[in-house]
Amino acid sequence: MSWLIDFFGNAANWSGPYGIPVRLLEHLEFSGVAFLIAALIAVPLGMLTGHTGRGALIVVVSANAARALPTLGLLVLVVLLAGVGTAAPVLIPLIVLAVPPILVNTHEGIRGVDPDLRDAAYGMGLRGRQVLFRALVPVALPLILLGLRLAAIQVVSTATIAAFVGLGGLGRFIIDGIATKTYADVIGGAVLVAALALAVQLGFTLLQRVTVSPGVRNLR
Amino acid sequence: MKSEPLIRWDWITRNWDNGSPSAISTLLESHLLMAFVPVLLGLLVALPLGLACARWPRLYQPTAGLVNVMYALPSLVLFSIFLSVTGLTPATVIIPLTFFTLAVLIPAVVDGLASVPDHVRQSAVAMGFRPLRRLLQVELPVAVPVVLAGTRVATVSSISLVSVGALIGQGGLGELFMDGWQRQFYTPIIVGIALIVLLAVLADGLLVLAQRLLTPWSRAWRDAR
Amino acid sequence: MTTTRRRRRDQNDGTKSLIIFDGVTKRYQDGTVAVDDLSMEVPGGAITVLVGPSGCGKTTSLRMINRMVDATSGRILLGGRDVREIDPATLRRGIGYVIQHAGLFPHRRIVDNVATVPYLLGWNRKKARARAMELIELVGLDPKLATRYPFQLSGGQQQRVGVARALAADPPVLLMDEPFSAVDPVVRTGLQDELLRLQSELRKTIVFVTHDIDEAIKLGDTVAVLHTGGRLAQMAGPATLLSEPVDGFVREFLGRDRGIRRLSFISAKDVRLDPAPADLAVGGDDRPIGLRVDGRLVPYGTFDPESDSMRAALDAALLSPDGTAVAVDGDGRVLGVATREALDAVLRKYAGGLPDQRAPADQRAPADQRAPAGEGSPA
Repeated sequence: MSWLIDFFGNAANWSGPYGIPVRLLEHLEFSGVAFLIAALIAVPLGMLTGHTGRGALIVVVSANAARALPTLGLLVLVVLLAGVGTAAPVLIPLIVLAVPPILVNTHEGIRGVDPDLRDAAYGMGLRGRQVLFRALVPVALPLILLGLRLAAIQVVSTATIAAFVGLGGLGRFIIDGIATKTYADVIGGAVLVAALALAVQLGFTLLQRVTVSPGVRNLR
Repeated sequence: MKSEPLIRWDWITRNWDNGSPSAISTLLESHLLMAFVPVLLGLLVALPLGLACARWPRLYQPTAGLVNVMYALPSLVLFSIFLSVTGLTPATVIIPLTFFTLAVLIPAVVDGLASVPDHVRQSAVAMGFRPLRRLLQVELPVAVPVVLAGTRVATVSSISLVSVGALIGQGGLGELFMDGWQRQFYTPIIVGIALIVLLAVLADGLLVLAQRLLTPWSRAWRDAR
Repeated sequence: MTTTRRRRRDQNDGTKSLIIFDGVTKRYQDGTVAVDDLSMEVPGGAITVLVGPSGCGKTTSLRMINRMVDATSGRILLGGRDVREIDPATLRRGIGYVIQHAGLFPHRRIVDNVATVPYLLGWNRKKARARAMELIELVGLDPKLATRYPFQLSGGQQQRVGVARALAADPPVLLMDEPFSAVDPVVRTGLQDELLRLQSELRKTIVFVTHDIDEAIKLGDTVAVLHTGGRLAQMAGPATLLSEPVDGFVREFLGRDRGIRRLSFISAKDVRLDPAPADLAVGGDDRPIGLRVDGRLVPYGTFDPESDSMRAALDAALLSPDGTAVAVDGDGRVLGVATREALDAVLRKYAGGLPDQRAPADQRAPADQRAPAGEGSPA
């Protein structure tokens, strides 16, 4: 408890280039960019594979691979190969690890829509794209949002670890704290990251409330 | 540095079992310990807890909420917090990872029990199974595939997540990443990634095999379709 | 519901074949043949039922009409045009389509579900919704349900929405693929009656697929029995089908009681009525109360000679203690009684064979649809 007071009570932690606000913004920036790029890649791809039924194997393999690949190892390897110092290489593993959860859930969501619904949609004369966007996506939306949420949490988490390879953000408090054995910083940073992760979680819950039709929400 | 090859095979042979605490085989052992103990603990806790949630549905909402929160917390966050409690011991990695496996396994157990078709449950009741016997002989076996699917996810994630522990000094094979980073040396990093992925694939394969042995009917059923 | 074919229009009101199957074959890549050289003509403005055991290609045949499946060879003409020449989506927007589980959009309210095709056709929202509300009432749904989501409706209600949705853009053709198979028998009967009522108003060209021969007999103006392997076994009016199945397969598929079921197609209006006997207790409004037997009132059976079939009349006779059926008019007032002898006189006239009611009695079915010699109906 006293560590928390030490950390959050310390005025020096609230200002300057190494203060909490700047670190938080850095964290949000890296996470946001990585998440957006991952979503832009994975959502359309998942819709495509889910709608056409092609590439299901790649989707499953990518999901398993993302789970098995050690985050820290990937980060260290990519940054070493690409050269230390810039932020761009760090984004690569962040994106790579965020794509599979979105891809899998979008794919499964679209694929899992009741075949009768798909049949009825085509039968009424909707074209392929209309079937996708007017019938399949609205019904698959809860799963698509789940994938986005898992990816967002993954990104926030990986961005924390990325502090080790020189990225800014909230992870710095933890990594630097461990190095200097300043436990107040470690715990304080951990609490900040936890709060951010929970805020992301909450944000997606609210988003789901707003975007998912009540007719779909109550399906199960 | 420029002519540094991606892999120096001789480094692997020299460091595989050289008796030092940083020998690859030693790291592999500690990695296995820190990866599998959480899965076992998780199963031990998740089974009764999941059963309770299935039995008393009112428990499920708060449990699911808690589980969601645990799942959202980055591993490094939990490691850091436990570092101040359990210090530089494997427990600092094992306890948080147990929470992670719980976050996967409790829903798996609940879903697994929910996957028991109602007519199966009803006919078991009608034949005079008492609740405990029904649970052990009917409901749990039918729930096994779903529970095992959850166990596969938990195991693979656990194997991969242990390496993050390297940041707090307890990372099993993850230590190789720290070593490689500090010395700007690819070989240990690649060896670490390869071994972790290999372990994950092996463990996953064993669990698939276990499922086939434990639930021969599910395969027969799928083939029959 | 009485079973007389009251709704049957006479065959001469200008109906012509609207959908023509011309040597249509569907062969899948694995070599299985779903439909084998099918040629038939579906009359316009009437219900044509495709019936047969599973694997007979009935659903495939239906789905080839709106190109959900494309034929391997042969042609399907819709109003004279080969459907293969029409863009599938455009074609489908002009054909109503109803499937087994309704396939409603779960994320849309009922009114918007019904208005799906009007929206696709570019109607403005107000007009489309007004049309949807019209149809919701037409299919017998409470307009209050319009703002609900599909999951809030029962299976039978969802199926009604499915029918309303198919009718929304007023297509001349309606394809119905086992639409009532997933609901319980009581609801199914209600939906069937509703469909017949709608059809008597709308006169659509309906192709209806079912595996239930009773449903086929009840709904079909024409019934096409398909053989396993996708061949047409027989196509005829339901009464002809019952009296003259072409082969053992059709006879077996029609099942037992063909003779009794045929009575559904004979009107009871020719039954000679006798004055009501003294022991029939009649209330002040001329409605029968019961038959006096040994000083107590016993229930009786009634039929309406104007609207009921001989099957209903015979049923009424069997329910009455003395074997006479009480004839009542549409308001339930006693007209007289039909004795067993009077019923028998009508039955004798139709025994052995029976034309479809819409055809005059002397115009028998064409020879090639008649039962081969020696395979006459056993009744």
